Amino acid sequence: MKNGLGVAQSIVLFGGTSDIGQAIVSDLLRPGVAHVVLVSRNIEEADRFGQDITQRYPDIDVHHVRFDGQDAAAMTRVVQEVVSLVADIDVVIVAQALLGDGIDFLQNPHEAIPLATVNFTATMTLLLALGHQVNQQGYGRIVLLSSVAGERVRRSNAVYGATKAGIDAFALALDHELSSGGGSILVVRPGFVTSKMTTGMQKAPFSATPAAVAKSVARAIDSNARIIWTPSILRWVFMVFRHLPTALWRRMPF
Amino acid sequence: MRQKLSGWGRTAWSYSDVVTPSSSQDISAVIAAPQHRGVIARGLGRSYGAASQNAGGTVIEMANDEASPIALDPRTGVVTAGAGVSIDALLKYCVPRGWFVPVTPGTRFVTIGGAIGSDIHGKNHHVDGSFGAHVLSMRVMLSTTEIIELSPSIRPDWFWATIAGMGLTGIVIDATFQMLAISSSMMHVETERLQNFDALIAAMGSSSDDDGYRYSVAWVDLLASGSSLGRGVLSRGEHATRDQDSRSEPLVYNPKVRVSAPPWVPNGVINKLSIKAFNEAWYRKAPRRRTESIESIAGFFHPLDGVRQWNRLYGSQGFIQYQFIVPLDQTDVLRTVIGQFADAGVASFLAVLKRMGESNLAPMSFPTAGWTLTLDIAAGARGLPELLSAVDTVVLDAGGRHYLAKDAHVSPGAVRKGYDRFEEWKTIRNEMDPTGVWKSDLGRRLGLVDP
Repeated sequence: MKNGLGVAQSIVLFGGTSDIGQAIVSDLLRPGVAHVVLVSRNIEEADRFGQDITQRYPDIDVHHVRFDGQDAAAMTRVVQEVVSLVADIDVVIVAQALLGDGIDFLQNPHEAIPLATVNFTATMTLLLALGHQVNQQGYGRIVLLSSVAGERVRRSNAVYGATKAGIDAFALALDHELSSGGGSILVVRPGFVTSKMTTGMQKAPFSATPAAVAKSVARAIDSNARIIWTPSILRWVFMVFRHLPTALWRRMPF
Repeated sequence: MRQKLSGWGRTAWSYSDVVTPSSSQDISAVIAAPQHRGVIARGLGRSYGAASQNAGGTVIEMANDEASPIALDPRTGVVTAGAGVSIDALLKYCVPRGWFVPVTPGTRFVTIGGAIGSDIHGKNHHVDGSFGAHVLSMRVMLSTTEIIELSPSIRPDWFWATIAGMGLTGIVIDATFQMLAISSSMMHVETERLQNFDALIAAMGSSSDDDGYRYSVAWVDLLASGSSLGRGVLSRGEHATRDQDSRSEPLVYNPKVRVSAPPWVPNGVINKLSIKAFNEAWYRKAPRRRTESIESIAGFFHPLDGVRQWNRLYGSQGFIQYQFIVPLDQTDVLRTVIGQFADAGVASFLAVLKRMGESNLAPMSFPTAGWTLTLDIAAGARGLPELLSAVDTVVLDAGGRHYLAKDAHVSPGAVRKGYDRFEEWKTIRNEMDPTGVWKSDLGRRLGLVDP
């Protein structure tokens, strides 16, 4: 159960090796946190972060749960496994995603399937399972890492952008559904973040570090916010992009 | 109906299914229905943290001044009242008849059930003990829906586990307790200013004349520094005698709520500057030398009740009330803690210092012979979790503990360390509620009950 200072007693990260996800968890750690659950495919890798946590806060219990981000059908079971470890989930961060950078999807249409599965189908199933849980709890904050890429989908990352557009839209509607029961979803729309996922890619304007994203997310978790943009200026940039006439949009240098 | 609830501090909101019963049959019907996330009773919601909310579960709203008549024996002052009756209603009924509640906290808007569940204390603890000490018997509904009578001689272990049991042993239906005879509805009050912490401790210490006053409490300015560190205003009183009260009808009692806090207050209205100004004014207003005055019951005991919903003044972030106690010989710890808050730049209105009397037999009762300090702090203050965690450690290492009716942040370990009879209480609790029906957000967070 969260306390009166806004400290979450239990924090869960889906995508336990995600740079942004880990940065958010790090930002939320303070006296009062009792459990961190890292849900990941690669427990060994996730445990490097787990050991960091234990070093900083010896009182925190770090738990690992293995999952496959592509296995949509398993998500309900995975959530049950998490609940069996921590009872109530105070804050859960949903950070697993594939970027698919450098893939020629036109030549290899089947390559789109894992992206659609991880980023959309399995995440949607997971959000539903988590939504059911927080609804039963009468409180609970779900954080979804979306992307500005879903705001107006570009040709250069059409598959990724489309999955983010879909899950973003779904999450906002699910938040509406949960609002009368006490749960809520925070949709985070970062711009370009310098992380493992984007190593080797050319930086876009208004890029941010995982730590910077984490800082604004941690603040937003404690508020009533439903959507945040990081950095916040992207909200206005994309408001313009969104309404650009197609002819102009297609001439943009990205 | 699912409703968003918090305690008086307006933090850690959660949603519970709230039901308002009109009889004990209604209550048993609620308990008998399958309850996935348990049930807790709620009175007037004046506990500061999450004691009377139950996320995803059921909350039974008990507060109801009309639910049962107040049965007062005008000769002996023994009264029986429903758990949902408020001290406000009790005073309105009993004061004109010459009887006062044995214990009142800083607000009259608490129910008898809440007074028992938190084992509330007041300005007279050093003389009269806490509320539980005055309860002669009570009827409690168990999770089986059976209503049983408990008293210091009938199932005393269950009786004392219910006193300060935070509602987690059963639902109090009604209670019988001893009132205090008074001959005036006014208070005879002595006020004096003490220029630093040492002077304050000396004036209130066990070797002082403090035990000669039924009511005694001090307000401390935690923002004063240097040689003024811990300066305060000591206020002590007695119920006025007939000679001190010249009114023709000395038992007239007519408390008023003067104003309401605005429904919406931006965060940060209560800040270091405004608190400093307020504290300075409060200190200056108090007489330099001991001065006697006649005050009303409301003015002396319940000054904040004059502002309806004053808790909103902290804005949407809410506030916490931090209350701990340390043994009598640990006055240095009080000084350390005051220093910790001062160094962190955390301001508090009206920090309240009081010397408490002996503890009673309830394993989870907060008061024990020692000093209790209470601070109100805006919940959004930066670095608060770290600061309070450091203060908690100092308090617990000194053999102190925290008051659960106020708590919004301590760890499960802090309760076990502070309350050395915790396991004994939990065993009795589990025996009273073997199926685990009673649950609250506070109980979940601190592991008072299984999740």
